[in-house]
Amino acid sequence: MTNTISAKSARLSRRTFVVASAAAGGGLALGLRVPFLNDVAHAQGAEAPEVNAWVVIKPDDTTVIRIARAEMGQGTLTGLCQLVAEELECDWTKVTTDPITPGQNLARKRVWGEMGTGGSRGIRISQDYVRRGGAAARIMLMQAAADELKVPVSELTVADGVITHAGSKRSIRYGQVAAAAAKVTPPDPKSITLKDPRSWKVAGHPVKRLDTAPKLDGSKKYAIDVQLPGMLNAAVMQCPVYGGKLKSVDEAKIAGRPGVKKVVRIKDNAVAVVADTYYHAKSALAALPIEWDVGQNGSVNDASIAEHLKDGITAQGSNGGWGYGDAGKAIAGAAKTIEAVYATPFLAHATMEPMNCTARVSADKAEAWVPTQNAEASLAALSEASGLPLDKCEVYRPDLGGGFGRRGGTQDFVHLAVEAAKQFPGVPVKMIWTREEDLAHDFYRPVSQCKLTGGLDQDGKLVGLKIRLSGQSINAYLAPTIAVGGPKERQLQGWYQEPGDSQFGYDVQNLQIEYAMRNTHVPVGPWRGVNTNQNAVYLECFIEEMARAAGKDPLEFRRAMMAKFPKHLAVLNAAAEKADYGKPLPAGVHRGIAQFMGYGSYSAAVAEVSVSSEGKLKVHRLVLALNCGHAVNPGQIEAQVEGSVAFGLTAALYGECPVKDGRMTDLNFDRYQIMRLAEMPKIETVIVPTYDFWGGVGEPTICVTTPAVLNAIQAATGKPVRTLPLKNVKLA
Amino acid sequence: MARLNINGEMRDVQAEAETPLLWVIREQIGLTGTKFGCGIAQCGACSVHINGQVQRSCSIPLSAVQESDKIVTIEGLSANASHPVQKAWAELDVPQCGYCQSGQIMAAAALLAKTPKPSDQDIDAAMTNICRCGTYQRIRAAVHLAAGQSGVTTPTERQG
Repeated sequence: MTNTISAKSARLSRRTFVVASAAAGGGLALGLRVPFLNDVAHAQGAEAPEVNAWVVIKPDDTTVIRIARAEMGQGTLTGLCQLVAEELECDWTKVTTDPITPGQNLARKRVWGEMGTGGSRGIRISQDYVRRGGAAARIMLMQAAADELKVPVSELTVADGVITHAGSKRSIRYGQVAAAAAKVTPPDPKSITLKDPRSWKVAGHPVKRLDTAPKLDGSKKYAIDVQLPGMLNAAVMQCPVYGGKLKSVDEAKIAGRPGVKKVVRIKDNAVAVVADTYYHAKSALAALPIEWDVGQNGSVNDASIAEHLKDGITAQGSNGGWGYGDAGKAIAGAAKTIEAVYATPFLAHATMEPMNCTARVSADKAEAWVPTQNAEASLAALSEASGLPLDKCEVYRPDLGGGFGRRGGTQDFVHLAVEAAKQFPGVPVKMIWTREEDLAHDFYRPVSQCKLTGGLDQDGKLVGLKIRLSGQSINAYLAPTIAVGGPKERQLQGWYQEPGDSQFGYDVQNLQIEYAMRNTHVPVGPWRGVNTNQNAVYLECFIEEMARAAGKDPLEFRRAMMAKFPKHLAVLNAAAEKADYGKPLPAGVHRGIAQFMGYGSYSAAVAEVSVSSEGKLKVHRLVLALNCGHAVNPGQIEAQVEGSVAFGLTAALYGECPVKDGRMTDLNFDRYQIMRLAEMPKIETVIVPTYDFWGGVGEPTICVTTPAVLNAIQAATGKPVRTLPLKNVKLA
Repeated sequence: MARLNINGEMRDVQAEAETPLLWVIREQIGLTGTKFGCGIAQCGACSVHINGQVQRSCSIPLSAVQESDKIVTIEGLSANASHPVQKAWAELDVPQCGYCQSGQIMAAAALLAKTPKPSDQDIDAAMTNICRCGTYQRIRAAVHLAAGQSGVTTPTERQG
């Protein structure tokens, strides 16, 4: 009850501020200290002792856990708290969180480690040091209690933040010894023995998320909701053709429009309108005559890109790959040969919260409020764009309205906002992108094509497999200093030889994998599951084709090649068992199966679909199995699996970003369609952790969703689907 | 200058007649729970109730709203998030990033007001808002839970 009341009063005071500043035309100086989003935690934190960098405990036992990673829906915030709390032995019901800033991290020599949140790394990369952070704080609190009670620390026990000395029947709470604990010499982190995950009490259980309540009543503040005294708003448009330039703008045409402050030319390829409100900025920009010099890329279209990729399929030489045996010879001598070419398109992220950033730049200070997956990259972008050194910059990082890889290393939206804000020294400027701008200027999931050739012997056994992948390289676009080529080429994700991250899971006797880099002018970047999604479709659908050519059951065909890959096999078996694979289905319903590895985790899926005589597809049910090593929050893992199915199915059913005249053509949700609730199949998740590694969760299961569905379609229609999205494929 | 009834309060707003209600709510009234997602009434992140009907506020100009119209935003749906839909959403931990959930909750509340015991088909037809995180399975379960329908499984093993 107390919680409810305090939550309400917090909400009311915030609303009072919002309404008061709005009533004064946004210009009322309330003397509010920024960052407003961090106010409460920091203000209270200042009074409460920091036991160590990860843990602050207040006198009332409220336990503030510091979070360095981004929360964008994936539940990492709750999972990290569970890991810290598990070792800390605090009262879980008293846990709150504090998002540290990159400026704080920098000032403290990166005590919180890296802040980047992508590649399903949020928990698996930081789990060790956050658990040690929680354990170290516990050890310090216990020592402080021992000193206070004047007993040996070995005679103390702790549970739920209460330290007890059984011999004297005395107890003391964390909140009472936190100040003293802060002065205790911290233990050597390496000396700490962490708990066996099988004995976890808070971690490993499906506790509820810590961040749900403000998402239910409109009180949660995303970056797009930032309101600051005197704030201006900006709308932006970049040259619709990548690589093109701004030729001219006719500012006079919007001079009389209400609220417009300035037209800002940004670099040589973008225009922003800054106004009092965002609606004024957005509508003025829409009315602003802009001429672009689109340059030579203005003639690029889907067909020319497809030809370019096709060349990569047929050309000699490669930019990376590996293999064993002699696949060419094995296939040449095979009883039966199967060959297929698959293709997948560009895809946009389309986070529900459009790109935005609020910046305030003065002569000696630059601040930005950023929905960021990598706050340190945001800080660097702020410093670069403002021209101020890092220690004069700070980034505040509200939780994100979706990320999916769009808001990590690529901080273009920060650069643009800061460039606009620089025109108004000391005045905060919030730049919001329209959905059209978001879909026109993404870092897209790259295109690729893949030719696969397989040879079967007399018994229908696969004796040789050749995979030739042609497509755009993310590293070549975003990180050209990272060497490309060889067996670890990023485009081969899911087909690596070595175990650990995303290993090829079949023994095919003779294997040859090649990657031919064929880049386009379209910007590309990470996208939830990125290359695993494409490569799983290519491999798993082709295996389905080969199993059918061999007259074998697709599951048995796979199992026969997986003896050397027990973890891949176990998760495949788990999915098959849960889905009652082999048992009859209702008339007209067909099954498809797929397995793959990515982001350190093993995934498998069984799909049940029907295809009507008119070719209408219905996906009825998907069973997904996941081995992510340790399952920190099974409830949130289920949520991620469910979400990954929607993300994968959206791409399978609708996802494409056609290019015409050098630019994207599908610029809002009427054309770039997203799957709705009515199309969501029933999803069942089987989590089969083996407790011997740390794998990712947010991305791994996306990649098996689509091939399982496509394989079920093949079972239904007898024909393989080799291009996506399905909206362009006739199934009847 | 216009006068609006928002969450039971009469509010004077300064905005041009063509200004979408979404931006009036967000920028003039200062209630930011109603979200901008697409601007063309496709995604539903901007859903509000007008006289009990769920509407996509990004595509309704200020001039189309009368002083007598009762507008309810997510902030005004209930006191203390006590609406059955909000309670069901909390019970099943529906939101992921949460950005679309104001609109999802407003759509679900409007559905239940009209159809207290919706079937799956009713939910399919009414819940057309986009969720990019893909919370659809839990949204469906939470609508059933809010309707108090039997046969709806709740994850009883959840704790904390």
